[in-house]
Amino acid sequence: VKMARLLPFQIAVVSTVVFVLCSDFVYCNNGRRVGDVMDTEFSGFSVPLEHSFEVDDVAKFQVRGALVLKAGREPGVSLTQNQLSEEDRAKLKEVAAVDGLYRIRVPRVFLQADRQTERQMEGYLTAFVRACAMVESHLSDVITLHSDVSGYLIGVSIVTLPGACRGTEVEDEVDLEVFNTTLSILAPVNAPGPETALFLERMEQETEKKGKNPQEQKSFFAKYWYLILGGAIFLMVSNSAQPPAGGGREQS
Amino acid sequence: MAKLILLCLKFVTLCGSIGAVFEDQVGKFDWRQQYVGKVRFSHFDTHVQSSKKVLVATENNVFAALNTRTGDLFWRHVDKTGPEGSIDALLQHGQDAVLVVGNGRLLRSWDINVGGLNWEIVLDSGSFQAACLSGQQDNVKHVAVLKKTVISLHYLSNGHQKWIENLPESETVDYQAVYSGGNGEVYALGVVPHSHIAIVVYSADDGEIIKQVSVEAPWLSNIQGSCAVISQGMLTCVDPAAVSLYMLDLHAESQMTQVPLQSLGLEVVPGFRPVLVSTQPNPAQQPLSEFFVQLGPENYVLLQLNNGQIVTLRDFKPAMLVSFVTAGEKTVAAVMSPKNKTACSINLFSAETGRRLLDTTMIYSLDPNVGKPEKLYVQAFLKKDDAVGYRVMVHSEDHALSFLQQPGRVMWTREEALSDVVTMEMVDLPLTGTQAELEGEFGKKADGLMSMVLKRLSSQLILLQAWIAHLWKLFYDARKPRSQVKNDVTIENLSRDEFNLQKMMVMVTASGKLFGIDSKTGSILWKHYLEDVPSNAAFKLMVQRTTAHFPHPPQCSLIIKDKDTGLATLHVFNPIFGKKSHVTPPALPQPILQSLMLPLMDQDYAKVLLLVDDQYKVSAFPSTKNVLQQLQEMASSIFFFLIDSSQGRLSGYRLRTDLSTELIWEVVIPTEVQKIVSVKGKRPNEHVHSQGRVMGDRSVLYKYLNPNLLALVTESTDQHQERSFIGIILIDGVTGRIIHEAVQRKAKGPVHVVHSENWVVYEYWSTKSRRNEFSVIELYEGMELYNSTVFSSLDRPHAPQVLQQSYIFPSAISTMEATLTEKGITSRHLLIGLPSGGILSLPKMFLDPRRPEMVSEQSREENLIPYAPELLIRTEWFINYNQTVSRVRGIYTAPSGLESTCLVVAYGLDIYQTRVYPSKQFDVLKDDYDYMLISSVLFALFFATMISKRLAEVKLLNRAWR
Repeated sequence: VKMARLLPFQIAVVSTVVFVLCSDFVYCNNGRRVGDVMDTEFSGFSVPLEHSFEVDDVAKFQVRGALVLKAGREPGVSLTQNQLSEEDRAKLKEVAAVDGLYRIRVPRVFLQADRQTERQMEGYLTAFVRACAMVESHLSDVITLHSDVSGYLIGVSIVTLPGACRGTEVEDEVDLEVFNTTLSILAPVNAPGPETALFLERMEQETEKKGKNPQEQKSFFAKYWYLILGGAIFLMVSNSAQPPAGGGREQS
Repeated sequence: MAKLILLCLKFVTLCGSIGAVFEDQVGKFDWRQQYVGKVRFSHFDTHVQSSKKVLVATENNVFAALNTRTGDLFWRHVDKTGPEGSIDALLQHGQDAVLVVGNGRLLRSWDINVGGLNWEIVLDSGSFQAACLSGQQDNVKHVAVLKKTVISLHYLSNGHQKWIENLPESETVDYQAVYSGGNGEVYALGVVPHSHIAIVVYSADDGEIIKQVSVEAPWLSNIQGSCAVISQGMLTCVDPAAVSLYMLDLHAESQMTQVPLQSLGLEVVPGFRPVLVSTQPNPAQQPLSEFFVQLGPENYVLLQLNNGQIVTLRDFKPAMLVSFVTAGEKTVAAVMSPKNKTACSINLFSAETGRRLLDTTMIYSLDPNVGKPEKLYVQAFLKKDDAVGYRVMVHSEDHALSFLQQPGRVMWTREEALSDVVTMEMVDLPLTGTQAELEGEFGKKADGLMSMVLKRLSSQLILLQAWIAHLWKLFYDARKPRSQVKNDVTIENLSRDEFNLQKMMVMVTASGKLFGIDSKTGSILWKHYLEDVPSNAAFKLMVQRTTAHFPHPPQCSLIIKDKDTGLATLHVFNPIFGKKSHVTPPALPQPILQSLMLPLMDQDYAKVLLLVDDQYKVSAFPSTKNVLQQLQEMASSIFFFLIDSSQGRLSGYRLRTDLSTELIWEVVIPTEVQKIVSVKGKRPNEHVHSQGRVMGDRSVLYKYLNPNLLALVTESTDQHQERSFIGIILIDGVTGRIIHEAVQRKAKGPVHVVHSENWVVYEYWSTKSRRNEFSVIELYEGMELYNSTVFSSLDRPHAPQVLQQSYIFPSAISTMEATLTEKGITSRHLLIGLPSGGILSLPKMFLDPRRPEMVSEQSREENLIPYAPELLIRTEWFINYNQTVSRVRGIYTAPSGLESTCLVVAYGLDIYQTRVYPSKQFDVLKDDYDYMLISSVLFALFFATMISKRLAEVKLLNRAWR
């Protein structure tokens, strides 16, 4: 069997904030066994992705697939996962019926470490989604791994698309066989500082513009001489007209 | 140019949303109270007979003079916080007060008349031990300062150092006290614990060592705690182990003589460490030979050293507090002894004879809601007939100062606990009796048409009666001059005003004293002292039931948690009257990790408080059957989170029906890289009026309004200025989903955060540019809403759009809060407490990440202000004009009944209350509104229509006849 090429494509997040980071999205829609993919083009390492769904909500984690993480400047990730067995499918539907939880967990990992022993750390990162959402979305979930500045995984999140539980029955068992997972790993974005450079540039441009436009350069008197003259004449006229009028009133 | 003018005009109209106060509005809607803190040293100004000053130096590093007639401040100096500004010693001579500040760093002299600084000098380094005034021939000229290794003498007139000498053998000897008896010698007293006392005598003139003595004292470990100098230089110490006094003549080289207390017929209460109290009325003269020894918590004995023999003058039992005081030449002792459960009596005794002075009894009543007295400060004066009169300032353990006059009249009380407010809430005042009657009518069950009608009629009658009474009062008051009309607010006549502008401020202070303060006048309506509150307690105050549920009384709960052990107690009380509720709070045997208030209510309309203990078990308060049933139904939708910042672990839990919990999500932020410094959720009583923002092209940008969103701030452990950073993580508290994660590089704390609506504003110190910067993050769902009817964290698959922008702020800040109004229609302002004491009201409009760098037609349409990197501080934005609020620690905002008005309380060393109108008073008529004009116009129009109608009729009739 030939390896299916993974399709990395970069997406740019639309926002005014400058995103320094690119996230590699990986589609994993293959029902391959876990062991097959260990020797990949990734110079990465593999950690298990585990899941748990129980009717009594006591977590019993089982391997769902293997995450292959690529360490380095631009972290990448890919996932191979098993199909759900018939037994599991039945259980998942059962859990969904009692509004149980579908949980996943990944071990804590340090991506920047060179040696395998340093990479794995104690403890797990866990997340959950309602089991019914998992069923109703036909196992299409979006898993995001979050790392911190120095490359430690700090959190994992899972959402399903669509996310709602509407109570629609999933009749076809085939829908619950293969996971349709969108996987990504996100590092923190750099928050912007105050944009002084651009502002100064704009200010300079404005002053330049002003400099070019001679009309703006005119002095106050040069610009409004007609108004001032008009005002002065008006004042003069009213001054000379008032005394007789006032006097007239006094006389009468 | 025209465009620019237009832009400027727009700018002005936009920014002018806050008007400054008019002169006649000063103090009309706002008040300020200034405090000094817990008193450490206090002296009465004695150099003038008729002086009204008392000097206080406090633990809050404040030095102030109080007016003894009114309790007001004459002047106050607020020093730096922390050990840098701490006041180590206060010495007073004449009209100078000498302070040693900052563990012996500075020596200052203040003129106590005007509070001006005479001089200040920097002392040599070394930790401060003691200071005293030194004089010669009744003339006090110097102040001696003893440090760990040196002793120095300074002129009182200008602070110049006269001499400084190293202390001999300062590596082994622990010098602890300095004494001067007015004979030109300065004694440095040191101890080698459990070995000997070292005495070094310096000449005050040139600092030459006159004498150096070492006396065996294997029982002594601490001079300051157990010794005192009395009479002609007799160092007297008390040894609790041997139950005896030891005396040593400082002038003669000799052995210490032991005087067993038993030989004086005195007995020490077992387990009590006796304490000596002596007095030196004039630093240029020797101390008196009379002194007190405290033998038990409530037992003092007045002793006298007479020709080398100790004589018992009087045994005071029971006596709580004693104090020496000198008036003229007479020295008297004031003794406070318990009288009965509710009162203490204070009496004066002659120090020389121990006889009680006639007519000097003063009664000090003990309020059960006030702490026990801790210290007496006595001001004595000679009356015309040469008898001694006195006034007393009592310092009690709840940090209150009360000033008493004979025969026990409290002239004033200062509640210094209010200088350290930890948390507060504002509670609506209850309705008046008549209003409540009307409300009650709707609350009761219907029992027949007839009785309902009767009830309605009766309540209407009561209303009518109340209205007439009100009118009568108005009429009656109108005839009196305005100054005589007083509206004293007492607990009895408290009632909600028309627009709910007057509220009850419930303040919790660090000392464990609770206060109920009327927000309109600032008068303290009730106080309640909680005893045995641990000193490191954390407080959380919650309003469980508001006043809206008549006849059930309002109810507040205060969780007091010991930070070390995690053990908590619950104090449940009525926030209007301060009385402890009859509801018994649950016993909490386990340490409490988290508490949360649910919107659920029990049948008595009290909100349910959930407490999570360290076994992750949940208990509810109140825990009635009804509540438990509701909890069981709701359990699957009750989520909570715990944060362990020491491990960087955030974990989410869900409630199960049996009130146990299950872990559902976990986020771990490694502490090697960054540590969590603060977590901010949104305020539960916040309303957002508009779901989105209308853009220039008439489309709508919807806000991401997640009520469960938390803003987490982290600081890097690496403090290097190139590598330090601040992390902002927005995380959903229900699902643990990280919504946004950003780092602000080359930045450092302290970070102040405000999280509200769809935005987070934070302020930090930029290490690269060395300035304070503001950053704002706004979250938007986009052009369409995912589910417009209801928000659920479990069903919001799309991540929001995140916009961010940063600005330079020209000042450091102390605290930050956002305004809050009833319905959220009014635009928001940020209230920023500055270290300078100003409170700035900064329109949120200036912190908008959509401020465009290039002005376009659309952004102008939207009224967006063009981006400018610097936020300016305009003086008219200060809401407290010249009413400086010292050391602001927190700002509390509460909505009022008017949508335009937000009530603001800033607290720190001072308390300041005011109202702000972020969008001006759009729902209030102005004070100078012309009612006459509008009504006369109305009447004129009315009559005009009447007349013209009549005329028209006549005309029609005429036409018809024609």
